Amino acid sequence: MPGAGQVRAIRGRIRSVANTAKVTRAMELVAASKMRRAQDRALQARPYAERMRAVLGQLSGYTAGADPDSLHPLLEQRAVKHFALIHITADRGLAGGLNTNMNRAAASLALEHQPNVDRVSVLPVGRKGRDFFRRSGFPMLAEFTQLGDFPETRDVFPIARIVMQDYINGALDQVYVGYQRYVNPAVQRPTLRQLLPVRAPEGVEAQRVDFIFEPSPQSLLETLLPRYIEMQIYEAILEARASEQSARMVAMRQATDAANEMVSELTLTYNKARQELITSELLDIVGGKAALERGQA
Amino acid sequence: MPLTLSIVTAERTVLERGDVQRLVVPTSEGQITILPKHAALMASLGIGEMIAHTPEGQQPIAIHGGFIQVVNDEVSVLADAAERAGEIDESRAEAARDRARGRIEGRIHIEEGALDLLRAQLALQRALIRLKVHRRRAGTGAPPVR
Repeated sequence: MPGAGQVRAIRGRIRSVANTAKVTRAMELVAASKMRRAQDRALQARPYAERMRAVLGQLSGYTAGADPDSLHPLLEQRAVKHFALIHITADRGLAGGLNTNMNRAAASLALEHQPNVDRVSVLPVGRKGRDFFRRSGFPMLAEFTQLGDFPETRDVFPIARIVMQDYINGALDQVYVGYQRYVNPAVQRPTLRQLLPVRAPEGVEAQRVDFIFEPSPQSLLETLLPRYIEMQIYEAILEARASEQSARMVAMRQATDAANEMVSELTLTYNKARQELITSELLDIVGGKAALERGQA
Repeated sequence: MPLTLSIVTAERTVLERGDVQRLVVPTSEGQITILPKHAALMASLGIGEMIAHTPEGQQPIAIHGGFIQVVNDEVSVLADAAERAGEIDESRAEAARDRARGRIEGRIHIEEGALDLLRAQLALQRALIRLKVHRRRAGTGAPPVR
């Protein structure tokens, strides 16, 4: 039989779960509004990235005959001794399996390359990935955290500069970028892509077109290729941010639903306990009165 | 057949038109004009004013570096930054111009300030182009911007 203390305990629990639901609901709404903005930014960056790929594809048709190594150092393919991964994750959790899935994909890529090369390094962008790789013991080239929910192109420049410089001076031989690609609000896909050496973009038909170059092809590539690398990283980070907000929104919605369900279950238990308490109190009173009446008679 | 023009930056699409008859382009090597049936071209852009001639008239656009590719009457402009005339805030551009001038005058004799000086000069150049583009739209032609 429930006592008054137990009834009060259930009431306290209902209140605390209802508060949790309020918090998660607020977080869901915040994530939803950030998701819209992050999604817009990711979509608006796509035309530039696509044009850039198309332009490079056109150029690769032109440069097909030439030795790519001699055109620009970022095109140079060599035996891979030092492999690096730019690993993009969120700074914060509470986003379901988003960061865990990304970390797992990155770790398996790193482990897959490890036996074939002298060294595998990581360049984490985001706290969750950094903390993960700090525990794993892979060397880090640099780390970037706190880029914010809506990073700008200039936030990406230092990241691009590090990998390009190391690539050109021979410290790195191959660089990948890993991020959660935004498919739709419910689906994010861990994606791993080669960044360096620069390869002709896939899916672009390379036609042989005789271009007029202003200035020379070499000096155009000199500025075009770094911009291309920056853009690839920028696009990856924007995709990762859109994925983060949508994953968080979904996770928080599930948490809110679970909390609300718990509240209704607890309310049922609470009402039952309260009624039993009242019944037993009534029985006490009725029983007491009957005993009194018997005594008087 | 007119030119198809699309101007994009990393952040957004600035202009997309299929009816450009003539395009004046500030390349890093100097100003060029692109007409339909232009040969395939790949050029780097400088800081300057791009003018798209369309049936409705001239569309001035401030361009701050980047690339242009012309293939089969399709013009792709990949700009580092670009603004249509209507998007330019005149008072902000003027403030930026004055700030840049102040920095140049303050630093011109300081040896180690070379990089800052370069930055200030670029900022000044950008501000002047914005003002030029803005004023052309305002209907006063392209007056000398001081």
